[in-house]
Amino acid sequence: MKVSLNWLREYIDINLPLADLADRLTMAGIEVSGMPVTGGNLGNIVVGQIVAINPHPNADRLTLVTIDLGTEQSTVVCGAPNLRLGDKVAFAHVDAQLIDPRSGQVCRLKPAKIRGVTSSGMACSEKELGISDSHEGIMILSEEAPVGTSLADYLGDTVLDLEVTPNRPDCLSVIGIAREIAALTGQSLHLAEISYKASTSPIDSQISVEIVDPDLCPRYCASLVTGIKVAESPQWLQQRLLNCGMRPINNIVDVTNYVMLEYGQPLHAFDYHRIRGKKIVVRRATAGEVIVSLDWVKRTLDENMLVIADEERAVAIAGVMGGANSEVTESATTLLLESANFNPASIHRTGSLLRLPSEACMRFERGIRPELTIPALKRATHLILQLAGGKAAKGLADVYPGKRDSEPILLSTEMVERVLGVEFGFDQIVSVLSSLGFDCKPSASVSEVRVTAPYWRSDIQQAVDLVEEVARIIGYDKIPATMLSQQLPRQNPDPIINLKRQVRYSLIGYGFDEIVTYSLTSSDMLNKLLTEPRPLEPVPLRMANPMTAEQEYLRTNLRANLLDALASNRRHEDGNIRLFELGKVYLPRPNDLPSEPEVLCGVLSGSRLERSWQGGYDSFDFYEAKGVVEGLLSQVDVEASFEKGGDESLHPVKQATIIVDGNRVGVVGELHPKVSPAFDISETVYLFEIDLSSLLPFTIGHKMFQPILRFPTIVRDIALIVDTGVTHQQVSNIISSFPLVKQVSIFDAYVGEPIPPGKKSLAYRITFQSPTHTMTDDEVSKVQQKTLSKLSSELGAMPRS
Amino acid sequence: MLKQLEELKLKVLRELEEVSEIKELESWRVRYLGKKSELTRILRSLATLPLEQRKTIGALANEVRADLESSLKQKRQTLREAQVVIQTKEEQFDTTLPGRPLPIGHLHPITQTLYEICDIFISMGFQVVEGPEVEWDYYNFESLNIPKEHPARDTMSTLWVDSKAESDERCMLLRTHTTSMQLRVMEKTPPPLRVIIPGKVYRYEASDATHTPMFHQIDGLVVDKGITMADLKGTLYEVVRRFFGEDRKVRFRCDYFPFVEPGAEMAIECSVCSGNGCRLCGNSGWIEILGAGMTHPQVLQRAGLDPEVYSGFAFGMGVDRIPMLRYWIDNIRLFYNSDLRFLRQF
Repeated sequence: MKVSLNWLREYIDINLPLADLADRLTMAGIEVSGMPVTGGNLGNIVVGQIVAINPHPNADRLTLVTIDLGTEQSTVVCGAPNLRLGDKVAFAHVDAQLIDPRSGQVCRLKPAKIRGVTSSGMACSEKELGISDSHEGIMILSEEAPVGTSLADYLGDTVLDLEVTPNRPDCLSVIGIAREIAALTGQSLHLAEISYKASTSPIDSQISVEIVDPDLCPRYCASLVTGIKVAESPQWLQQRLLNCGMRPINNIVDVTNYVMLEYGQPLHAFDYHRIRGKKIVVRRATAGEVIVSLDWVKRTLDENMLVIADEERAVAIAGVMGGANSEVTESATTLLLESANFNPASIHRTGSLLRLPSEACMRFERGIRPELTIPALKRATHLILQLAGGKAAKGLADVYPGKRDSEPILLSTEMVERVLGVEFGFDQIVSVLSSLGFDCKPSASVSEVRVTAPYWRSDIQQAVDLVEEVARIIGYDKIPATMLSQQLPRQNPDPIINLKRQVRYSLIGYGFDEIVTYSLTSSDMLNKLLTEPRPLEPVPLRMANPMTAEQEYLRTNLRANLLDALASNRRHEDGNIRLFELGKVYLPRPNDLPSEPEVLCGVLSGSRLERSWQGGYDSFDFYEAKGVVEGLLSQVDVEASFEKGGDESLHPVKQATIIVDGNRVGVVGELHPKVSPAFDISETVYLFEIDLSSLLPFTIGHKMFQPILRFPTIVRDIALIVDTGVTHQQVSNIISSFPLVKQVSIFDAYVGEPIPPGKKSLAYRITFQSPTHTMTDDEVSKVQQKTLSKLSSELGAMPRS
Repeated sequence: MLKQLEELKLKVLRELEEVSEIKELESWRVRYLGKKSELTRILRSLATLPLEQRKTIGALANEVRADLESSLKQKRQTLREAQVVIQTKEEQFDTTLPGRPLPIGHLHPITQTLYEICDIFISMGFQVVEGPEVEWDYYNFESLNIPKEHPARDTMSTLWVDSKAESDERCMLLRTHTTSMQLRVMEKTPPPLRVIIPGKVYRYEASDATHTPMFHQIDGLVVDKGITMADLKGTLYEVVRRFFGEDRKVRFRCDYFPFVEPGAEMAIECSVCSGNGCRLCGNSGWIEILGAGMTHPQVLQRAGLDPEVYSGFAFGMGVDRIPMLRYWIDNIRLFYNSDLRFLRQF
């Protein structure tokens, strides 16, 4: 919110330097985010009065205007049509900085000769002064403007840009801020005059008010002013509104806005003669009820929106916007001025459904107090009588079904200390609260006080609210900083957190770069993984209000984003790319939140090693990706088997399902050549995916120490010829089944000449060791022989000679 | 014979001196100390000499032999050293050639930051807890004193999940803050409680240099008997001291969040302008890094805790801004674009 410093000064003396004031307010909860000065460029411009208007000797449409500047007079050439003798104007001397109305640029005023007459200076329009866009005529200042005063002093002001938190609607007002400053600086408030002289004609005979839905309108007050004249507001009022970011309209609307800014209570003025049946009815709209609002837009309402109606029709959307059918226009003579209180949630709902956020809405939806209606209404009536003339009816309409007494809250010094961790004295606490307008009464206990919040505060419900008041006025910097002294709580960290960390560090050791991508994706992106069109399985969760089609669905896998990232990096990266992401996927469950397993996915493409001066530039293959998986699994002590896989997005043959203890925990394989083009990928890509949440239970096993055997090992190499359909796994299982075989490793796999077609050669290194004795060559040869015959009988393997 | 021995010694040593290659030493040894050498012959012939002579000549011959052997050893040592000097001096070896490239990857800068911050808290006895990103309205808003139509909802534009079950009145959303875990943690674990909750959060916000629809937060929650605002301040000051350094100025001011009372906001001095005001800090000299406060009594009550017995504090911080401030990153979208030219810098 913007608050004018000059306006504030009417309510409170400010003796602090501005920077200190801003700092105090900020620390106490109302952040001052800026302090722009209006009228900062008004140097060399003074208030002048027109003392003579003469025709220009050489031009019909120009005049020579003589302006009294207090100490001197100046005659300038002027083309504006709106000048009259005695008008006060803003006179710019040569060198003043003005805005060029055509270009909008700031320029320096130079002496000029216009049709033979020298003009040194000029009377300015609002646009030239940078006050508004108006350039129809010269800006006419108020009659009270003192001749000779610099315009910067007369119009200039500092505006405080304030960030008011949603709990403090009372601070969306000049008086509210003045009250804060009063409490922070010890100054006292000077409140403005709000009383006025009323006529003898009572308001009750001229208008009746009925609240049909008191749950949405706790209070409705109104005053009535007859014989007003709608006109432009005086300069000072217009200027204040402009400084606070509002556009002046006419004296009536301007007063309602002015008082809203001053008191924080939104007001609305109706043209009394357009209210039918002398009756105001506050009721819920009927479903589909239509009203044309002040901005001439047809609004369709629902049955939970509150309207202000007369006998026949709605005349305003309560608290949100007035209706065009009761608007105060220039012809209005009698005014019904509304000052009401509405249900905050209802106003918020209506304002957001109709997309009509407004200053009034903002105040109502934050919950201002019903007590505020009367002072604001009196102030506004007072100002209208002053600025628009007329007579106010006797009394005010006031229907107040929502009246509640505020309950006092007990606050003790112990409570303050218990929350803040620092002791403040009873007197200090009482004095802080009193300075904020709280009523403090003694209670039964000497360390306890009964506190009642002032009528303007809607945010005080319980003792902790009072503790905050004490803390913020004394200052949060008076709270000490202590370390937690309680016993350490018992720790039961979720093992997945540690597993994720371990996996991440392992993968960067294997050369993978981590990426983090958006969880929201498009159906297009997920569809790219399919080899032929069909519905997605699982069906991804959709957003009810997606921002864009690109971010409409929650991802059900990490692959799509990884492949997309791979393709986009490939445009500038010609070396190897290893990427991984570790994050959640979102799998819908009926009538519940989705399950969110933690998934690891990695992709590899390009060469195994960076091209080096020492050579070595071979490509990634399936076994590289599998090696990464095996490495990761062995690091977390999990034994897995790899079985033929059926993943649609992977190469039908070059893929394996990762099985742990009978459970499928992931896949590894080459990207299906039908899938790559969808991602704009033209190279071979290898991919692995592990569901860490499924893997987790198997990583928490109990590890057993294996004694180191002291008897020597004996190593034998064998080479076999087998059918190409025989797998390494089959061979290795048979060899390992012999108890004295300590280890089996394959060191060569070969197909081609001189091996006959349909056959392949596999070479194994077998390590023999006995836990009980040193094995002899003879013993080893016997085992080896048995191994070979078993391989031969079960797999048809022949030793390769 | 004695004279002969003396002459032999002088001659042989002179020859040794002239040897310049290690491999020549062996032929010298064979010639003068070998089985067929003159010295060996002399020693063998001792037996034929009378006892007196045998004694003196034998002694001398052995002395000569020892002399030669030690000279040889010395010479070998000298030659070896000379050779090492020559080798290390003359061999051309380019140490500026790059080493064999071992693959090494990079953790995402957000992950690094999360781990760094979590580790500071872990060292202070906090436990890391994670929770669902798709959440019920209740945990994200209602339980935190943010009922429907509360203005605080406007500051956290929400992405709602299109829930299929029409009978289900509970609204599903993408959590707008990690604070959504507060009540879940309190419901599950009785106090004393010291947890931090890192994770992804979502907002209905268009992307620009400072906003993305997904970003990261860390929330903290402490509940026990006797927890005070001074403890909150002390804990946060300690974290800032360790993360940002001893000298970084800190501001702790009143602020409002519906689920805490009193509420606070913490800011650190802007590193770019040192508090003088610049574009980065919006001319205030301060960078706001977290919101905090004492857990609201109503929130404690909702978890079944008596606010007369237990008190707590909570805080929440945006994570993405921290590496941005640290590395002067000017566009938050870089974190989520997966560009290796960016990610490999960390």
